[in-house]
Amino acid sequence: MIKAISVAVGMALVAGALTTTSVFAATTLESVKQKGHLQCGVTSGLPGFSQPDEKGSWTGIDVDTCRAVAAAVFGDAKAVEFTPLTAKERFTALQSGEIDILSRNTTWTLTRDASLGLNFAGVNYYDGQGFLVNKDIGVDDATQLDGATVCIQAGTTTELNLSDYFRAKGMDFKPIVFDTSEQSVQGFAAGRCDVLTSDRSQLAALRSKLADPNSAKILPNTISKEPLGPVVRQGDDEWFNIVKWVLFVQINAEELGITEANVDDMLKSDNPNVQRLLGTDGDMGAKLGVPDDFGYAIVKQVGNYGEMYDRNIGPDTALGLERGINALWTNGGIMYAPPVR
Amino acid sequence: MKKQTIDSRPAGPKPWYDPRVRALVFQVISLAVVCWAGWTLIGNTLSNMESRGISTGFGFLDESAGFGIIMHLVPYDATMSYGRTFWVGLTNTLLVSAMGIVAATILGFLIGVARLSSNWLVARIALAYIELIRNIPLLLQIFFWYFAVLSNLPSPRQSMEVGGALFLNNRGLYLPGPITPEGFGLVWGAILLAIVAVVGVRKWAKKRQMATGKIFPTVKVSVALLILLPLLAFVIAGLPLEWELPALKGFNFGGGISLIPELAALWLALSLYTASFIAEIVRSGILSVSQGQTEASKALGLPNGLTLRLVVIPQAMRVIIPPLTSQYLNLVKNSSLATAIGYPDLVAVFMGTTLNQTGQAVEVVAITMAVYLTISLLISLFMNVYNRAVAIKER
Repeated sequence: MIKAISVAVGMALVAGALTTTSVFAATTLESVKQKGHLQCGVTSGLPGFSQPDEKGSWTGIDVDTCRAVAAAVFGDAKAVEFTPLTAKERFTALQSGEIDILSRNTTWTLTRDASLGLNFAGVNYYDGQGFLVNKDIGVDDATQLDGATVCIQAGTTTELNLSDYFRAKGMDFKPIVFDTSEQSVQGFAAGRCDVLTSDRSQLAALRSKLADPNSAKILPNTISKEPLGPVVRQGDDEWFNIVKWVLFVQINAEELGITEANVDDMLKSDNPNVQRLLGTDGDMGAKLGVPDDFGYAIVKQVGNYGEMYDRNIGPDTALGLERGINALWTNGGIMYAPPVR
Repeated sequence: MKKQTIDSRPAGPKPWYDPRVRALVFQVISLAVVCWAGWTLIGNTLSNMESRGISTGFGFLDESAGFGIIMHLVPYDATMSYGRTFWVGLTNTLLVSAMGIVAATILGFLIGVARLSSNWLVARIALAYIELIRNIPLLLQIFFWYFAVLSNLPSPRQSMEVGGALFLNNRGLYLPGPITPEGFGLVWGAILLAIVAVVGVRKWAKKRQMATGKIFPTVKVSVALLILLPLLAFVIAGLPLEWELPALKGFNFGGGISLIPELAALWLALSLYTASFIAEIVRSGILSVSQGQTEASKALGLPNGLTLRLVVIPQAMRVIIPPLTSQYLNLVKNSSLATAIGYPDLVAVFMGTTLNQTGQAVEVVAITMAVYLTISLLISLFMNVYNRAVAIKER
């Protein structure tokens, strides 16, 4: 009798659990506001992009992108929790809802945009793939790398571009595939491979991790386009718009000359563009679903695009990357954001 | 009061009181619920993926892979399909698992028997080995062997060489590769013939021993057959064998057979680790055979080696084989740690790179799990068959 009852109760629970799976699904913005913080997917440690320091606080341009989104939604750039992810698990983490935004120097490609159920919310760094070699092997150009052993990180566009490039040039290579970028650097430093290939920005960061950074050099060839930017889930246009426009606000702020230092003074500006961006006029924020002063919060707490760039990967940092094509369109680069109006 | 019907057999209870009927009904209902639960889960997953724009289905297996793999036992290049990468990964996993199982079994048996040796030093060394290796996580051991071995070997330009034919450096061990022109078919035929002959000789020798008691030097004759017959065929066919020597071309060695350090490190770590567990299993098996057996066989005049081989171990196998099967399955599954050092096994190539490039996590992981399940079931099936074949038929 008791056995029958317990079996019946068990079956009822199973049936109940299964039928309630298609419950009302909250949008990302609602669930983020409910949680009180933004869950941001980053690397496990890449200098300049997302790296924890010895006290566990994260810095980097990807980290700052997430902080800017948090500043827009909550008015507090510190309302972010970070999930370190390898290149292999990053998309599954975003698809499954484990993170709200993936800010992990991810390259925007058609396959990723179309078949993974994800949307790329902009580009925060235009990059290209390059090669890092030991100065001793006496190679000056990538076309001299026939037959070389190359260390790569698993699950990246790097693997595919490398194959395409070597095949196009009729050259051969041996790939050694590692899970994380630290392991690929270790393999390169141990001499397992002649070449380390990755995005040029990453190469600068990884070279700084070597025991003797001057023993390696980055070859001049750039073999692919790697537009890196934040990624969100498909099907949630409201959240997509918010993340997209946070980045655009930062770029527009640099164009208008608004910096962390002068943003408080800019509140009194008569320039209608500045007024709309900082929220003193118009309701740009309300249209997106965030507070109207979201532009002010972003610039005050994280800075404009140029400040974000210079602080993390600029010429004065360990990475030492010049703005190059990442400069504003008015300065010879291609950073161009649609107007905030 | 119910009227008792006078019948040739007693009246059974009503269907809803009959315990057998009840059991059947509940089992059918439970099975239906489980099937429905599984169906709903799969359907739910598929519809969720579709609504989020994640592509489903197995069509991705025909798309071009576009990435290179450093070691492949089947022909592969970057233009082949994802389905082909699956086969590359699978053959690599099977290779390292087979090599690991053979090495771990041999080493495990040796150490297990050594642990029971009457020689104090040998027994203590075996104990130290077992306790040390068993208690360190396998992943750490893999890293240790990979980076410890790797960092001590020279770069290709300064390889260690033996006779200009064998080269050792941190890219791998390079051996001359045999090129077999057509004439070699005769040698393959001779090897096959030799194996058949050996099996035949063994059967015949056993029968003769049962009938007349005369011992035939089976081992020596088998070895002679296995070596001499192919050698004869080789000479008759006119020595049809050439060697391709490995040579330094640019950055790496080309030609010949190569053993990459990833494979060596993984094989070493897996074998040593599993051998320590197998040693303990063997020890428990041998200890399970009653002391009386050893004493009786010694009383018959059998020396220690024969006692162990003919009396103790066959009885110990009953206790050894089931846990040994588990260790083999563990070894196969542990080989998936290859991703940590870049050995291109099934998990690293298929569940790693292919999954990430196509984004179809559910299909890829399901296939990988099914493959590991199949391999494991086959191993345990084979071991159970072997167990039944060598089991002592008691009254």
